[in-house]
Amino acid sequence: MNTLLLLFFSFVQVGLFSVGGGYAAIPLIQNQIVDVHGMMTLAEFTDLITIAEMTPGPISINSATFVGMRLAGVPGVLLCSLGCILPSFFICLALAYFYYKYRGIQGVQTVLGALRPAVVALIASAGLSILVLALFPNGFTLGLEGIHLVEGLLFVGALFLLRRFKVNAIAIIFGTGVVGTAAYLLMGLV
Amino acid sequence: MKSTERKATILCKLFKATFLLSAFTFGGGFVIVSLMKKKFVEELGWLEEEEMLDITAIAQSSPGPIPINASVILGYRMCGLAGTLVAILGTALPPMIILSVISLFYVQFRTNPIVALALQVMRAGVAAVIFDVVINLAKNVIKTRRVLYIGLMAAAFVARAILGVEATVLILACLAIGLVDVFAQSRLGQKRKTEVQA
Repeated sequence: MNTLLLLFFSFVQVGLFSVGGGYAAIPLIQNQIVDVHGMMTLAEFTDLITIAEMTPGPISINSATFVGMRLAGVPGVLLCSLGCILPSFFICLALAYFYYKYRGIQGVQTVLGALRPAVVALIASAGLSILVLALFPNGFTLGLEGIHLVEGLLFVGALFLLRRFKVNAIAIIFGTGVVGTAAYLLMGLV
Repeated sequence: MKSTERKATILCKLFKATFLLSAFTFGGGFVIVSLMKKKFVEELGWLEEEEMLDITAIAQSSPGPIPINASVILGYRMCGLAGTLVAILGTALPPMIILSVISLFYVQFRTNPIVALALQVMRAGVAAVIFDVVINLAKNVIKTRRVLYIGLMAAAFVARAILGVEATVLILACLAIGLVDVFAQSRLGQKRKTEVQA
């Protein structure tokens, strides 16, 4: 089969069967691209996952773009990403339709009421794991000897700016990147 | 004429917002959901907070990338099918552009110490944004003063953060608890009715 079509259908499967976000998609992409079709070596694939995690955006779109570009150029990028997005498009459009049709019903509101506290907890736990990664990049230790002070100060400062002055979130993320990098470079020079 | 003009403005804002959020989402689906909550609930006032939480639950439990799933629902809510397409485009374009460029010199990118440093320190900012959003959300759960909701929040946090239970499993479990709650409340309602009649 044509490489482009093969890529497209591989990523349709990735999009269709990865429930629960990017990390669920990684083994599926590996299966399609490395194991079944042999389009990449395992070493290339490991590089791909590292890059996909280092760059903004969903891991599966990142991987789709990377694989598409390496194997088939810009048409590959478009078809792989489209394949990855199509299942989401149809499934979530249907769910959105039903959600907005029925969410006014009292019973539905009660069910959703029990769901919302759990979603808050899930977001909190995602935040906690990113904080742990920020403070302990070399692995979490219960003692404080491995803690990175620069990141700790950045976190406290950023949270203060967000709560007190409602600074824009993107400015905060970008700002911590610039200030933190500058701090480490200066410390390295002094 | 006027309504099409308004629709065009909303679509424009929707594209701009999703594009920017996607370009700065380092670290997974819940990061973009937090950013979306700040942008669409707090800044633009387009959605209610509860709606954003529902969208998050649906996006998390459906197959596919969470940011794309959330964009589909959000776009549909704002402008129907046109909104969905615009929101998908806004969310998908930044990673497509960034990765296409980086794939050309990815070895240099991956091994560059300054890039690695910037990505590491940026996590502190990402964590702060999520904590900021979570503080507001948790406050509102506590304000409901329902023991069930506060208990569910605490239990789900322990299950996910400490025991490592899958997010989708937790959402399904809470869905089941919600159904039991509906049943219990309707029984309670009927009991009250019969008591009043007696």
